[in-house]
Amino acid sequence: MTTVERSQYKVIGTRPVRPDGVEKVTGKALFGADVQPAGLIHGRVLRSPHAHARILRIDTSEAEKLPGVLAVVTHADFPKTVARVEQLGESTINTNEVGENVLASSKVLYRGHAVAAVAAASRMVADEALKHIRVDYEVLPPVLNVIDAMRDDAPILNELLRTRSMGGKVGDKPTNIAAYNQFKGGDVESAFAAADAVVEHEFTTSMVHQGYIEPQTSTANWNADDNITIWTSTQGAFGVRGLTAQILKHPISKVRVIPMEIGGGFGGKSPVYLDPVAALLSKKSGRPVKMTMSRAEVFEGTGPTSGTVIRVKAAVKDGRLTAVKADLRYEAGAFPGSSVGAGAMCMLGPYIVENFEIETYDVVVNKPKTAAYRAPGAQPAAFACESVIDELCTKLDLDPLEFRLKNSAKEGTRQVTGLPFGRIGCEEVVQAALSSPHYLSPIEGPNRGRGVASGFWFNGGMQSSVVVAVNVDGTVNLIEGSADIGGTRASLGMQLAETLSLPFEAIRTSVVDTDSIGHNDVTGGSRTTFASGMAVHEAGLDIQRQMCARAARLWGCPPEDVFYEEGVLHCRTDSTRELTFAELARQSARTGGPIVGKASLSARGAGPAYATHVVDVEVDPETGKVSILRYTAVQDAGTAIHPAYVEGQMQGAVVQGIGWALNEEYYFSEDGRMLNSSYLDYRMPTALDVPMIDTIIVEVPNPGHPYGVRGVGEVPIVPPLAAVANAIAAATGHRFTDLPISPRRVVETLHNLD
Amino acid sequence: MARRTQVSTRLNGNDIDFLCEPQQSLLEVLRDELKLTGTKEGCNNGNCGACSVILNGRLVDSCCVLAVEAEGAEITTIEGIAKNGQLHALQQAFLDEAALQCGICTPGLIVASKALLDSNPNPSEQEIRFWLAGNLCRCTGYDKIVRAVQKAGRQLQEAKQ
Amino acid sequence: MQAFDYLAPRSLAEVYGHLGNGKRSLLLAGGTDVIIQLREDRKQCDQLIDLKHVPELMTLRITADGTLEIGAATPLADIYSNPEVQRIFPGLVDAARIIGGTAVQSRASLGGNLCNASPAADSSPALIALGARLVIGSSSGTREIPVEELFAGPGQNTLRAGEILLQVKVPPLGPKAASFYLRFIPRNEMDIAVASAGARLQLNADGDRIVAARIALGAVAATPVLASAAAALLVGQAPTEEAFVRAGEAAKAAASPITDMRGSAAQRSHLVSVLTVRALRGALQRALEAR
Repeated sequence: MTTVERSQYKVIGTRPVRPDGVEKVTGKALFGADVQPAGLIHGRVLRSPHAHARILRIDTSEAEKLPGVLAVVTHADFPKTVARVEQLGESTINTNEVGENVLASSKVLYRGHAVAAVAAASRMVADEALKHIRVDYEVLPPVLNVIDAMRDDAPILNELLRTRSMGGKVGDKPTNIAAYNQFKGGDVESAFAAADAVVEHEFTTSMVHQGYIEPQTSTANWNADDNITIWTSTQGAFGVRGLTAQILKHPISKVRVIPMEIGGGFGGKSPVYLDPVAALLSKKSGRPVKMTMSRAEVFEGTGPTSGTVIRVKAAVKDGRLTAVKADLRYEAGAFPGSSVGAGAMCMLGPYIVENFEIETYDVVVNKPKTAAYRAPGAQPAAFACESVIDELCTKLDLDPLEFRLKNSAKEGTRQVTGLPFGRIGCEEVVQAALSSPHYLSPIEGPNRGRGVASGFWFNGGMQSSVVVAVNVDGTVNLIEGSADIGGTRASLGMQLAETLSLPFEAIRTSVVDTDSIGHNDVTGGSRTTFASGMAVHEAGLDIQRQMCARAARLWGCPPEDVFYEEGVLHCRTDSTRELTFAELARQSARTGGPIVGKASLSARGAGPAYATHVVDVEVDPETGKVSILRYTAVQDAGTAIHPAYVEGQMQGAVVQGIGWALNEEYYFSEDGRMLNSSYLDYRMPTALDVPMIDTIIVEVPNPGHPYGVRGVGEVPIVPPLAAVANAIAAATGHRFTDLPISPRRVVETLHNLD
Repeated sequence: MARRTQVSTRLNGNDIDFLCEPQQSLLEVLRDELKLTGTKEGCNNGNCGACSVILNGRLVDSCCVLAVEAEGAEITTIEGIAKNGQLHALQQAFLDEAALQCGICTPGLIVASKALLDSNPNPSEQEIRFWLAGNLCRCTGYDKIVRAVQKAGRQLQEAKQ
Repeated sequence: MQAFDYLAPRSLAEVYGHLGNGKRSLLLAGGTDVIIQLREDRKQCDQLIDLKHVPELMTLRITADGTLEIGAATPLADIYSNPEVQRIFPGLVDAARIIGGTAVQSRASLGGNLCNASPAADSSPALIALGARLVIGSSSGTREIPVEELFAGPGQNTLRAGEILLQVKVPPLGPKAASFYLRFIPRNEMDIAVASAGARLQLNADGDRIVAARIALGAVAATPVLASAAAALLVGQAPTEEAFVRAGEAAKAAASPITDMRGSAAQRSHLVSVLTVRALRGALQRALEAR
């Protein structure tokens, strides 16, 4: 497949207003909670107050009798199903465990774990009814961090869980260690022995939340003919359809999922929480049921990302990174499946390292089941690795960016998985950071420091299908099934416009429901502009072929004589023959009927992405407050389809990373209650907490995509944790190895207060 | 169920009436009774600004206002920012500067920014950030939002001259 | 939340009447605390009494003798956007403009912030430093107390049944006198204070000696704290950095901070001295500039 040369793009690289923009700035766009079918009633969820307990008995009889209550459900209302392991976005899931997480049957495994649900005439009545559901618990001791959970005497969450290792090996005793894996190459011990410098640290990061401003919401209507309609806030309508159908043992053809506009996801809205419950409540009550989480429920009842304990030891000789040994332990939450594997596979992505040994542990703890958070698994691993590399550079008086350039991964470099890289932009990104105005400017003043860090993310491909319909006025409908969480209506419309040599305004893009398009995997893994874009390109070529055949019919010449160029159809053998796209479209009916093209694929050839960030901070030594003075994010986008939205992805991810580095954390009591489950005390950056975020887009086109696209949404959240920590190390002389580097932590450390 | 009160208020320039219970918030009534779903619920406790409206000329979080308190008041929601189908300079600036991604915080931010420009037509970057600190955005990192507000402010000033 | 009646009295007499009718009452000014508390079932009432239609409670004026009188329900935004208040009482503006964010300040009031009696409230240390007094009313008349006597414990104020806060009175500062308030929060806005300090300095005519001082601390004890001993150390001293540092150290003894999810006791204790020094520096600079 050839990549179209950059200079020939007419639409790609421009900055049109996004198609859903006017609706969003006027408040007319419909998000999940905005839908209000006739007869709507409201559902609310009863959640476990205990972090770990057996459910002895659930008595819903009192609640059912309350006036205004129309239905009550528990796990007992789900049909018995057989477990299946499936791919959901960037995670692998066990569908039985999903059902257990949606409504607990015999055990509650975290505070906030859903236990029952009620549908009533109003939210107030539903909330009142929850108080009348009696649950008898046998409270068990909780385990709240990976170290405690891995001890032999730890409370066990699931007696049936055994450790799985690569190669199919399964452990033989009850454990909280769901999986153990190892990536090995070369001989780390010899490299350590021969090194000029070796640095080793243990790092910890806290559980954090994606923080999307829109809480989960689902409205379901179960008709008497057993057709279910679900309006939901999701990153993947087909995922919701599949999981809901599986949990309810219902044919997927009778489940229609309508993805509403989504108010942020970042990976946290790929899983399913409310949809099967709302559907069941609708079945029992005969009414459409809307369920929307409160902010506290979002924190306590959805999927934050893992807290971690990571040990990294690295060696440098003659300016080369010669060995990295790492031990990664990630919290999976209540059920197995953290992203520790991705962490291991990404942490060395920016480097050539011959000797490595990485061990990974996926550990269940009594906290909410973790979900993907934007490059899931990569950020804590990069925090640890990039911090150690930073310290090695400081020790050996090496410029940290020159070091990264010298040790940069290139095309052909083998990853820890053994697979070699194709064409990548790692060097180009580091070089751009090195020559950036930010890096070239001096940093001056007391208590100030500069930090850099790199990051890597593989990016995904997966399944997409699109349909393209030509309208008689020469405009085109693009029908696609990828939830638009970052501007993909624009990036996909632009790729189709480019393929058809039409102006962007001629393309009308719609994100449709699961009845209206073939399967599309979740919008996640930075895959949509890449994979759905590939499909759009193919569908565009399909339209071109059909247009040529129609023109051939009109002109009475062989189809192979007709070609399409710059929006006009020509005849090779007769230069007087010419039709524009619009002119031919007008004649669809006479030339054979509506012109509709399609493409569906499981995309291969995703291009990995690299990012290198530079940040200047100032630390108030008396209060421990860290201020971000200046931030530059450099990233390889392959080809930036819509540069403003690429910049936006970079800037948003950077600010999430800053929050993660400095202030965000789940603060648990000793008995496993999250104490800060509100935006007051779960402290995400406000507009006043960050400066302008400068962005530099590097373009090393991905040969695997017709327009050279590399996913952009995830890699920019990988470097900030280390970049900020490295800057603080430079400013204070102290290396903080535990996140968040909150003012409390800084001041207690610098002033020896604890 | 508590007795419902009739409330008369001026909403987006129109005199209207609605019924509500005392404990219902203005946010709830706007969305569920009046079907104006442009104002969003993000946290329901005054910490995210997704529910921002303008009440008697002041920026408020409608989750922290009872619907009954709207009696005799003048309220502007996101639905009232564009006039006669013409986008306000802020709305156009948000579009042109790509200052929105998922869009859930956008109504609140536009309303809050309008309240800012109404009281301070030429705000500095710091003044903008300080004023908007109560409007959380998780997608954009705020950079393009601040630039959009600066741009709209300049345009409105130029239009006056 | 539970159902309640909403009442919008037009006079103080009506308010007292409602308070005396035997039902559980809560008072509503800006509502930015009480509406959330009712929603989250942390407080309950049978009737919610809206004070915003009682004119005496919505006042803002400086009297002939220079006293700033603020009605208990007057929104913070009115206070800090008033040019006279900005010029004469910037130490109050310091607090008013950082409580909760712009939208909260459009509604929230000093009365609400004070009577909610959070140990971390911003208005209390600022007003205590200023030596402000509170006018409290009931059907049987009014009484006045210094602000620091309003607080009994976290969330507990000393108002008796049937009483409401009517007014905050801030005495004039006079020449070479000024106050300053600041707090420490992890972000730059929207947080509850981890620790806070308000200071007031009265200098002599030449500005080289401290004649009077007040230091108030927030979020470091069950109630806001008037650090009298620390302030006393400053009287008669030259307003130097060394004097401020000594006062800051002494102020630690007045605090009894706890460890919670917003901060540790050690951190808070450390911040007491840092913030006290910074508040004193701020007050000094203003005092030197004040007419």
